[in-house]
Amino acid sequence: MAAHASNTKRIWTVFVILSVITIVEVLLGIDKPDVLFHHDFLSLSYLNWIFIILTIVKAYYIMWAFMHLEGEKSSFRWSIVAPMFFLIIYLVCLVLIEGDYIYDVLQTSSYRWIF
Amino acid sequence: MGATVTTAASKEKIWNGGEDIQPLGASYGKMMMWYFILSDSLTFAGFLASYGFTRFKFMDSWPIADEVFNHFPFLHGVNAPMYYVALMTFILIFSSVTMVLAVDAGHQMKQKKVATYMLLTIVGGLVFVGSQAWEWKNFITGTYGAVETKGGEILQFVDKDGKRLALADFADTSIVREDAVLTKSKGVWSMKGGADTSVSMSQIKAGLEKNPDVLIRTQYTVEGNKHKKVVLSREESLKRADDFVYVVEGANLIRNEYGHKTFANLFFFITGFHGFHVSVGVLLNIIIFFNVLLGTYEKRRSYEMVEKVGLYWHFVDLVWVFVFTFFYLV
Repeated sequence: MAAHASNTKRIWTVFVILSVITIVEVLLGIDKPDVLFHHDFLSLSYLNWIFIILTIVKAYYIMWAFMHLEGEKSSFRWSIVAPMFFLIIYLVCLVLIEGDYIYDVLQTSSYRWIF
Repeated sequence: MGATVTTAASKEKIWNGGEDIQPLGASYGKMMMWYFILSDSLTFAGFLASYGFTRFKFMDSWPIADEVFNHFPFLHGVNAPMYYVALMTFILIFSSVTMVLAVDAGHQMKQKKVATYMLLTIVGGLVFVGSQAWEWKNFITGTYGAVETKGGEILQFVDKDGKRLALADFADTSIVREDAVLTKSKGVWSMKGGADTSVSMSQIKAGLEKNPDVLIRTQYTVEGNKHKKVVLSREESLKRADDFVYVVEGANLIRNEYGHKTFANLFFFITGFHGFHVSVGVLLNIIIFFNVLLGTYEKRRSYEMVEKVGLYWHFVDLVWVFVFTFFYLV
């Protein structure tokens, strides 16, 4: 790969995208607009949904552009991203549902003292 | 060293099976680095998921991150939530950019450029580790102090307007502290422990009774607003004084002034494990930097080593993006 074309333009574009996303996150985190903050979707406030989605967008750009997954074979890409994605989603769903259940037990259940 | 380099020259990308065999189109080293990153990211996911679990379990009594992480260098006593971690995030993203520029320069076999960008990456990494150390220092020292009750709840103190009060702001220091250290000069030879907090429990209790403006703020959040804690009335506050057990200042692995014990434990564990990764990354970058200077990769006619270490460095940045979201934003 001696005669590799330079990617500097792409790198700086991605840097600008990541910076803008971070600035938006910080501004939202400081301001916490009531509309987004006090309204929930699937028991998570809109604000938190925005944070999580922006984080995944950031992760996408870091992995695809900086770690250069976009230049790898798609079989290789899948062998990394698929286990990561599905295992983490699976773990997080199980564990958060369990955490919420324990919260309910500690709040309301009559058998919380032996739980 | 020169001899090893020449025998390994240009064979770096070849698998045992022969020249034209490349499973999944990746070289051996790069593929293994990716699979290491995959397993390591699952480890971090486990940590962050356990943070989420604990937080969901104590949904109505979790500390508010904005109140805990509100320091900024040279701005003492100014409430500046988020700015500092945002700055840390930028430092790490920028060192990721210089790293990817180094990889890019490596593809074009520009030794000097690679070295410059590697050096910038190392500096960025060191600044980040230093920032994290400062963050830890603030976390461990604490700002206001609190008391722990018999039941293990952390109670903080506020004035009539809900503004946080430090223990020293209201504690009655005219009282002789009951936990004074008895030293040899006072004729006691065999006792240990005692006064390791700035004020003693009896001073706090007396101060609470004396100042009619001091109220207790509990760990629990008010109904319908997860970012506002319940403040007790004056009568209830005085009543709670019977439950006080410990004076808590700052944080350690046993108790912390911010609230739940697990909060500090998870903070130390997750940011500590990430900081350890950054430190290792800086070390690897330094090794590669010197190899670049020595011309090792010029002799190999390939800068793939820079690329592999670069992958690890970007991974560290990737983890920080998630830590930032789940510890500081959400």
